[in-house]
Amino acid sequence: MPKHDAFYKPQEDGKGWIRSWLFTHDHKRIGVLYLYTILAFFLVGMTLGGVIRFELIRPGMNLMDAQTYNVLFTLHGVIMIFFVVIPSIPATFGNIFLPIQLGADDVSFPRINLLSWWMYIFGAILIVCSLFTGGGPPDTGWTFYVPFSEVTSTNVNLAVFAVFILGFSSIFTGLNFVTTIHRLRCEGMTWTRLPLFVWSLYATGWIQILATPVLAITVLLVMVERFMGVGMFDPSKGGDPLLYQHLFWIYSHPAVYIMILPAMGVISDIIPVFARKNIFGYKMVAFSSLMIAFAGSLVWAHHMFTSGMSDFAVLVFSFLTFVVAIPSAIKVFNWVTTLYKGSIYTDPPFWFALAFIFLFSVGGLTGLILGSAGTDIYVHDTYFVVGHFHYVIFGGLGFGFFAAMHYWLPKISGRMYNCKIAKWSCVILFVGFNWLYFPMLLLGLQGMPRRYYDYLPEFEPLQYASTLGSWVLLAGLLIMFVNILYGTWKGKPVEDNPWGGETLEWKIQAPLPHENFEEEPTVTAGPYEFSDRGRGNAC
Amino acid sequence: MHAKDPEAAKLGMWLFLFTEILLFGGLFLLYASYLYRFPDEFHVGGKQLSLIYGTVNTAILLISSWAVAMSISALHRNRDSLSRKMLLLTIGLGLVFLVNKAFEWHGKIAAGIYPDSPVLNTKPDGEVLFFGLYYLMTGLHGIHVLIGCCLLLFAYWWLRIGKIHRTDYALLENVGLYWHLVDLIWVFLFPLFYLIA
Repeated sequence: MPKHDAFYKPQEDGKGWIRSWLFTHDHKRIGVLYLYTILAFFLVGMTLGGVIRFELIRPGMNLMDAQTYNVLFTLHGVIMIFFVVIPSIPATFGNIFLPIQLGADDVSFPRINLLSWWMYIFGAILIVCSLFTGGGPPDTGWTFYVPFSEVTSTNVNLAVFAVFILGFSSIFTGLNFVTTIHRLRCEGMTWTRLPLFVWSLYATGWIQILATPVLAITVLLVMVERFMGVGMFDPSKGGDPLLYQHLFWIYSHPAVYIMILPAMGVISDIIPVFARKNIFGYKMVAFSSLMIAFAGSLVWAHHMFTSGMSDFAVLVFSFLTFVVAIPSAIKVFNWVTTLYKGSIYTDPPFWFALAFIFLFSVGGLTGLILGSAGTDIYVHDTYFVVGHFHYVIFGGLGFGFFAAMHYWLPKISGRMYNCKIAKWSCVILFVGFNWLYFPMLLLGLQGMPRRYYDYLPEFEPLQYASTLGSWVLLAGLLIMFVNILYGTWKGKPVEDNPWGGETLEWKIQAPLPHENFEEEPTVTAGPYEFSDRGRGNAC
Repeated sequence: MHAKDPEAAKLGMWLFLFTEILLFGGLFLLYASYLYRFPDEFHVGGKQLSLIYGTVNTAILLISSWAVAMSISALHRNRDSLSRKMLLLTIGLGLVFLVNKAFEWHGKIAAGIYPDSPVLNTKPDGEVLFFGLYYLMTGLHGIHVLIGCCLLLFAYWWLRIGKIHRTDYALLENVGLYWHLVDLIWVFLFPLFYLIA
């Protein structure tokens, strides 16, 4: 039995239950708040995606008219990008485990941490309001491209303002994490003993701090243009719509590294534990996170190869895009090399980690086809882009998030899910995922443009297959969520270190206590130096 | 609860200032590319702004930055009342800056030069953009001056009630840093709009 009360049990400080959660300064509780709100938005975004897929099952109108379709894919994008994948791992598992992995009591600024969650909720309320007020929900696509976003009668104002607020929520999380990592490492926790999850959050934090303000000013400008018509992006007043695209992607390309880096950190933490072996090339894996953050900030214009930039700019950005492939490949090769000659045991988190490596590799390699200027002109704005993007973000970040859930939720709640069902859900997800998105890559190569409401009959077989795949994927998601949530609430109790990890979070009790550590820990070894004690036996 | 960590507070503030710089950075980027495209029109636009207002406001902000630095120094030397007075001086100068700005904007608006105005829309594209940027950038800066004044007011209150004192002054330093940033951004805005002619 655990010695201390779990952090989610009431504390005897006279606060009511609601106050003790909604106004908590405890990083673990804030992480749980984020977890449930993000999961709720994931379910909304997932439903929207499913409905879009259903509309596309056959040519012509099946479920909704074209305007509704435009609105739904915009909402799917805005909700999934800004409400789910940007906060996802940092705000949930990062919040809960970053201070514990550093040996700290909390983040540096607990109150700002709470503020960032409240700003997230405020942004969420604004987005919900934008559905029912003004000229109806926005129909611009999640990129809010001008000139359309300046002239459409739908309620773009509220939506971009919500994005502005969410941006600051994200900045505060990043700022908090970078400061925490600098200031609150415990005795002996040198920079080269940081768990790789912490390194990835460090790189992510810097991108959040340096890139997000550019998005903030850009969406603010869309709003100002709509209200006052200053003309910054309006060609009739000398403005240049291309500059909007530049400003937008200066944030939004680094943002995909905000999404993927934490997932890479999770995988870097999981792989050594289940291979019972130190990570291959610790310093290179840590350094590659910073490399990705740096190089990733210099590639934004590869979204604009067909927008009318000069050929020289296309050449430069194409080259820089290839540079980002190097640190990404370092990570993939180092994970695989870590597995080589390891004494591998395969529990659910490891299955999800393997699925991540495969799907992310497909996403990364299709990214090179898009990054190469010549081939990009052929597949630009087709389903190939949609397929690539979902392989990287859903196959990468999504599966990384699922891996993190299976790895850490038993630690948080002190209860175990059903391992067999977890493995089956991973298989079903993997099959459904490829079934849904691989046809998209083929459709793109055949020339099917993205965001189209209707299509020519020759695209029907693959569109049909893709929709069937979406049902398999949905089934997998439902099985996984029911299993893991049931396990979190009702599963059988689990021991403190179910997987045999060596990072600090495994050295305290499960479920996590109110106070992280009874006394400040001292670290004397790296995060993946496993003793002979061997593997955990949770499954 | 862990002990107070003034170093962390300052580090956090610096990181926040980076975000502020990049927030303005987007606008500076727009300015740079439109200046490159319309150098002549920017020259004509710059001529229409009042160099006197600009110079006086620059001086006011520089002095106010000095005042807030003096306030911190005074606190170090245990002269609390001087420290508070210096804060009030800073706030006062910030407000004078805003009043000047209001007069300047008012003059321009009275002359029919404001975004999407009939007068401005008949002018060449480059001038439309110049004045568009002028209103956007000085407007955003003005909002920051206002926020800065509010923060200074809070700092003044915290000094009064003893939340900020000689051994615990990270809050005051951070408010000071914010004010310096507001000043610094103006130092870049001033030549870009008033001295470009």
